[in-house]
Amino acid sequence: MLTNRSEVVVKKEMSLLERIYIPAILAGMRITLSHFFKRKATVNYPEVKRPFSPVYRGQHVLKRDEAGAERCTACGLCAVACPAEAITMVASERKKGEENLYREEKYASIYEINMLRCIFCGLCEDACPKEAIFLTDRIVPSTFKRGEFIYGKDKLVEKVDKRVDISKRQTQTVLEFKQNKKFAHNRLYTDKQLKEKH
Amino acid sequence: MLAFLIYKLILVVAVFAVSLVVAMYSTYAERKIAAFLQDRLGPNRAGPFGILQPLADGVKMFMKEEIIPGTSNKWLFILGPSLAMFTACMTGVVIPWGGTLTIGDQQYPMQITDINIGILYLLGVVSIGVYGIMIGGWASNNKYSLLGAIRASSQMISYELAMGLAIIALVMHTGTLSLRDIAAMQTGWHWNIVYQPLGFLIFIVCAFAETNRAPFDLPECETELVGGYHTEYSSMKLGFYLFAEYINMFISSAVISTLYFGGYNMPFVGRFVHDPNVLAVLGSVFLFAKLFFFIFFFMWVRWTLPRFRYDQLMNLGWKILIPLALFNIALTGVLMYLGGRLH
Repeated sequence: MLTNRSEVVVKKEMSLLERIYIPAILAGMRITLSHFFKRKATVNYPEVKRPFSPVYRGQHVLKRDEAGAERCTACGLCAVACPAEAITMVASERKKGEENLYREEKYASIYEINMLRCIFCGLCEDACPKEAIFLTDRIVPSTFKRGEFIYGKDKLVEKVDKRVDISKRQTQTVLEFKQNKKFAHNRLYTDKQLKEKH
Repeated sequence: MLAFLIYKLILVVAVFAVSLVVAMYSTYAERKIAAFLQDRLGPNRAGPFGILQPLADGVKMFMKEEIIPGTSNKWLFILGPSLAMFTACMTGVVIPWGGTLTIGDQQYPMQITDINIGILYLLGVVSIGVYGIMIGGWASNNKYSLLGAIRASSQMISYELAMGLAIIALVMHTGTLSLRDIAAMQTGWHWNIVYQPLGFLIFIVCAFAETNRAPFDLPECETELVGGYHTEYSSMKLGFYLFAEYINMFISSAVISTLYFGGYNMPFVGRFVHDPNVLAVLGSVFLFAKLFFFIFFFMWVRWTLPRFRYDQLMNLGWKILIPLALFNIALTGVLMYLGGRLH
């Protein structure tokens, strides 16, 4: 039996009391009345917002480093990792005098995410070796035109004076996991396989 | 004579306004009660706690495009909701809304007119009410509307019989057809429900059927008939149909309170308050308290019980309620014979 709440159906003649139905109706009305005074499940949305999970996967952000330079180096790993092929980018070389804008010598001059294609899986975040792209708890707003869903660098890169907090998802364990992953392709066996071997 | 006319006019306007306002706020109450019974909050955006919601709904109804189907019978199509609304408003005339006010040496009973056959008038007008639904449903020239109209007429005819028989037992007990006399008889705790419990049960079941309320809302039946007789209606014509239903509910609640629950009579209060005018006003308040309880009861039942199947509806009406009502008449007769009069 899958559940302990199921009852075996028996087709038996109803007694007179059952056929009058009034006791059953009164019992039902007692149940509905008890719900009248119960706490309501509704959340008054614009006034009250339900808390998001700290690792909610919403609209992406391209992070800057502490000095304010863009972290992204246009390696394209996020675009490769993306199962929905939502990310496109064009790489450019950093010119002299742009050191305060871009951290590495190569940067993305165009970086676009198509929010209609994106499935918010977070694989771009996993793939990024530079801690540049993160998903945040912001919801992608709806618009009337398809073109407006293609987010360029103007919407994705965080503002210098208005940083996006991602500390809740970039915990120590996450960092260690990513550090391990970085050299995983050099290893012949994974740690687990090694342990099993010995 | 002029004073009499003005007093009657004021009373007519007051009763009309009160029934409209109560019907308006019944729509709000229905949505709120439905929500609360289902662990929701209900409308709470228009004004504090959403109390302006009926106004918003009314404005919406008036602003909607008015569509009269090309294949419909235009005059009957308009006549349907008008008749439904008209008959719904007509029933409030004979109900005693309170005792008698004495101003100067003039007596002002709070009842528009005390016809000595008030109950017959009530039954008659309620029977005309079915024509509004029937004509509207037929004139729409739509199969869902027609099915709804057929269901409405057969349902109302079947349940009117049992309702009439239940009232006959009541009339045997009270010995009068005037609603005012019936209300006046039930002083203190001598409510008719005590003497006619079975009759009351039959009457309230029939009242549900007559007002097309769940579990007898087969004529509307959103799930099977796409709204039944008002499928083709839009704008305020639809609003009138829905509004008429709520006015009917208000009037049925008033009739139930008057016939079986003492009307404007209050137990005990007469011992503490002696001014007859204050007593009369208090009586009206008390009547409305009972009435609101019954409106709540109507809604409570609607959001508890599922709808009847058509054959179940007919079985209940013809095979159970009518024999039961006949038995009730016989029982009342026997008891009256044994105990002189029941009082």
